[in-house]
Parts: sequence; structure tokens; C-alpha cells
Amino acid sequence: MNLRRDVFQAIADPTRRAILLLVASQALTAGAIASNFDTARPTVSKHLQILTECELLEQKQNGREIYYTTNAKKMKAIADFIEPFRQMWDDRFNKLESVMKQYQAKKS
Amino acid sequence: MELKTKINAEEGKQDLLITREFDLPLELLFKAFSEAELIEQWMGTKVLKLEFKKHGSWQFESTSPNGNMVVKMGGAIHDVIANQKIIRTFEMENTPYGVQLEITEFEKLTDNTSRINMHTIYESVKQRDEVLKLPFAQGINWAHNRLQDIVSKLK
Repeated sequence: MNLRRDVFQAIADPTRRAILLLVASQALTAGAIASNFDTARPTVSKHLQILTECELLEQKQNGREIYYTTNAKKMKAIADFIEPFRQMWDDRFNKLESVMKQYQAKKS
Repeated sequence: MELKTKINAEEGKQDLLITREFDLPLELLFKAFSEAELIEQWMGTKVLKLEFKKHGSWQFESTSPNGNMVVKMGGAIHDVIANQKIIRTFEMENTPYGVQLEITEFEKLTDNTSRINMHTIYESVKQRDEVLKLPFAQGINWAHNRLQDIVSKLK
């Protein structure tokens, strides 16, 4: 299974992104999360299931309640996919800098 | 080595900001974007068209290392303010990645250093994330690959 791809599919949905943002600040039960959305409760449950399956959310039992928290390690994977893009621009700009330094040397 | 180029792409937003400081005077940094011959050298693309002015347009062409595939990219140049700002659109022709609006600002730091801030706005959050994943998936970044080839031959 391509976990990385699944993570991106998971965050492609605006409701799921909103859930992640909500839970990022504090651990919440499914009921508390659902109360923040107009969406039907089963729909929110489905979103929570997807987010939990791709390990963006973790479940923690506290007495009779299950609390959802974000998985910091997995959230970082989202930041990581920017890295090759950044590397590409860094290489381009390094090249720009050397091209223009040669240009400057030739002119002076 | 620490990367000089910083990218700020916030979760769930449809834009991103690329910033980079250069050991170049502002005028030289701006020149790198304004002359076809220089663009070809650092971008590794062929410049088919460059009307570098307000209401102008541009078109570049990138060929894969084996010469089998050609990708054209282009757009409109909305505005150019010398040594300050370039506003243009960017589109990879015949791809599903849509059109991007690019606002590039040039900033003088000292007489010999300058900074660039590139603000790119995509059609949607999904499209931004797809484009960000491109260097992984496709040979779009051929210029970069060619550069790596050259560098590795030097070693």
C-alpha cells in the first residue's frame, strides 16, 4: 500500500482538513468533532475512519470515551513532499547565481 | 549544506511562497529573468518567445534528456516593473495542471545582495498539491536532471 499517496488523498477533502485543524489544537471525541460540522454524524465518522486508517489521527481511550489526536509524525510527511520541489528551485537558483556571476565577470 | 531556497506552502491553501537570497546585485538578479539568452542558461529551457513587457507573452520549450519528449510552457506577462516586480501566468501546455498566477518581487538587500519572493497562486488546493508532487512523478524537471548529469560528470 502506498501510504504517502493515501495521506494526500486523505487531505484532499476539505472536511478532513478541517477535522485535522480542529484536532491539532486539542484531543476531541467523535461527538465533539461532529458538533463542529453541519455534516451528518455518520459522514463525520467516515472521515474519522479514513484519517485514522492513514494514520493522520490516533485514537486514545480515556475511560469510556475515545479521543482523537493528530499523529505528528505522519503530519510531517505532508511537509516532506515539498522537499523535492524546494530542491528543484534551489538547484535552479544556484544555477542562476553562477550564470549571473559569470555574466558580471565578463562585463567588468 | 543548508538550502538557501525556502518554500512556505501552508496546509489547505492554494498558493505558495518561494524566497531566496542571492549574492548578486538587484539589477543582475532581475536581468536573469529579463533576457532570453540568460533564462536559457539557468532554466535549461529553450526560449521560443519572450515579450518582456506589460501585456506581453512568453513561451519556453523543454526537451527530455533522450530527446523523445518536448514540453512547452507559456503564458501572459501581465506587468513588468524593472528591478521590482514581474506578474505573469504560467501554464504547462497539454497537461491537466491548470494555470498559475506568479507574482515575483525583487528586493535589494545590500549593494551586492538581493532577494526574490515568488508568490504562486494555483486554481485550487488540489492543483497546488499535484504540482508540488510533480518532481517526484514526472520528468518535468529535465533541466534539473541535465544539470545533475553535468555536475556528476565533473566529479
